[in-house]
Amino acid sequence: MVHQYKNNGYNMVLDVNSGSVHVLDDYSYDILPAVEAALQPEAGLLVRKSGETTSKAIEDADINELTLAVSNYVMSNAKKCAGDKIKEDITTDLDSLKEEEVKELVSEFLELGLAGSLFAEDLYRDYIFDFKNRQTVVKALCLHIAHDCNLACKYCFAEEGEYHGRRALMSLEVGKKALDFLVANSGSRVNLEVDFFGGEPLLNWDVVKELVKYGRSLEEKNNKKFRFTLTTNGVLLNDEIMEFANKEMANVVLSLDGRKEVNDKMRPFRGGQGSYDVIVPKFQKVAESREQNNYYVRGTFTRYNTDFAKDVLHYADLGFKQISMEPVVALPTEDYAIREEDIPEILEQYDILAKELIARKKAGKGVNFFHFMIDLEGGPCVAKRLSGCGSGTEYLAVTPWGDFYPCHQFVGNEKFLLGNVDTGIVNSDVVGEFKQCNVYAKEECKDCFARFYCSGGCAANAYNFQGNILGTYDIGCQMQRKRIECAIMMKAALDE
Amino acid sequence: MKHIKTLTTRNLTESVKKGGCGECQTSCQSACKTSCTVGNQKCEQISK
Ligand code: SF4
Ligand code: SF4
Repeated sequence: MVHQYKNNGYNMVLDVNSGSVHVLDDYSYDILPAVEAALQPEAGLLVRKSGETTSKAIEDADINELTLAVSNYVMSNAKKCAGDKIKEDITTDLDSLKEEEVKELVSEFLELGLAGSLFAEDLYRDYIFDFKNRQTVVKALCLHIAHDCNLACKYCFAEEGEYHGRRALMSLEVGKKALDFLVANSGSRVNLEVDFFGGEPLLNWDVVKELVKYGRSLEEKNNKKFRFTLTTNGVLLNDEIMEFANKEMANVVLSLDGRKEVNDKMRPFRGGQGSYDVIVPKFQKVAESREQNNYYVRGTFTRYNTDFAKDVLHYADLGFKQISMEPVVALPTEDYAIREEDIPEILEQYDILAKELIARKKAGKGVNFFHFMIDLEGGPCVAKRLSGCGSGTEYLAVTPWGDFYPCHQFVGNEKFLLGNVDTGIVNSDVVGEFKQCNVYAKEECKDCFARFYCSGGCAANAYNFQGNILGTYDIGCQMQRKRIECAIMMKAALDE
Repeated sequence: MKHIKTLTTRNLTESVKKGGCGECQTSCQSACKTSCTVGNQKCEQISK
């Protein structure tokens, strides 16, 4: 599967199954659809033995004959194929192609095919079959240290920290049992991740500190390593907390929604006053004290700030280097929920942001925007890319009273209660469903070019919108695809 | 004339053979907490 798109003046080609990325001139861009079609089994030009890859088949073919046959095919079908695939993007006159030029180009394309970096097929579908019966281990916990909050953010899925339930703080005892459970259920995996989450975890800071201590005491004798992280709204941050976090936390997530007026509208105190002036100086201090690494300033955008590129750039102007800005997860009935009609503007914002971030990077003022970070050379293996986010299998959320849920987004929905720190996992039906979450189990993902970067999207989003964790969330998909297109284009732009 | 420029990428097909050790970070845990992105994750095998 070959995905072609134009972005910021670049003609981009992503060979989906091999992960290869090419930048094409106009001419080759317009001809590629016909070359791709010529190599399909239906065209009958490339002989494939059963199970043979395109690369192997090209290797076995008489290359001169094949080049000629494909060139002829292109001469007569270029316009139709391009019309079907890239439509309004065509810039060359495909009616008056010159045979010699086409041949030269076809042989360039076939070379890439031979090298396995173009027209690669999906060899992973069979592999996924084993995935369903896979043995999974628990690798990560999200500890809901406090179901309580000192802010009253408008979109909070935790409903001001209470998660449709009561206000509560996790006791040290429950926390310790959760860590014991993680160690006992993590198999041979060495690295274990534990996020202190809320509500607001700083409302229960002593327990956080004790749990870190307890976790460290388990490491050596069990051959484990904890990676602790903290997600905070910043209100209670002080020097003592920062110092501890810098020593013990592998990552700190700092919640801020961008420009003051945006932040203060969505993230007020319970009394209605804005939080921006209180938290920004503290966050700047955290970022500096961590040497601008291993933290994220993280925001949520809603339909009230569909011009969120400004908020992202505002973070950068405040001096933050590690930035994350997420679309809100909300039921469509909420006034701030992103609607289909907001999509064109949102997609444009990603384009604007990508261009600006390229310019800043080239000027030596680069920042990392989490959703544009793609590691083309060292990204995850296919197994990881196929298996989804890990909710309900590798990743569990633990409530203050010790109940397990598939992830923080499902907390409070009794249908998804999996067990607790005393009984362990008892609801194996639900775990089984989550095990099946992968891109081949989702109709929309099977043919989506983004599948190896997105991994099938968020199960909680799918559940919210389709009532089924194996569904997809179309608005989220459109944003996801755009972000991936931007991220890959940025690689090309920064490669120059 | 070269019409095509290829960027350096990790070949996914190859990664099937060696991958799947499971030591890498859990997706949502890493920073975002509301949606799943794996393209930006690190492979623990490569970074070592
Ligand atoms: S963008 Fe949507 S359709 Fe594509 S892989 Fe992700 S969840 Fe699936
Ligand atoms: S279901 Fe969504 S929110 Fe939950 S862990 Fe997965 S990606 Fe994150």
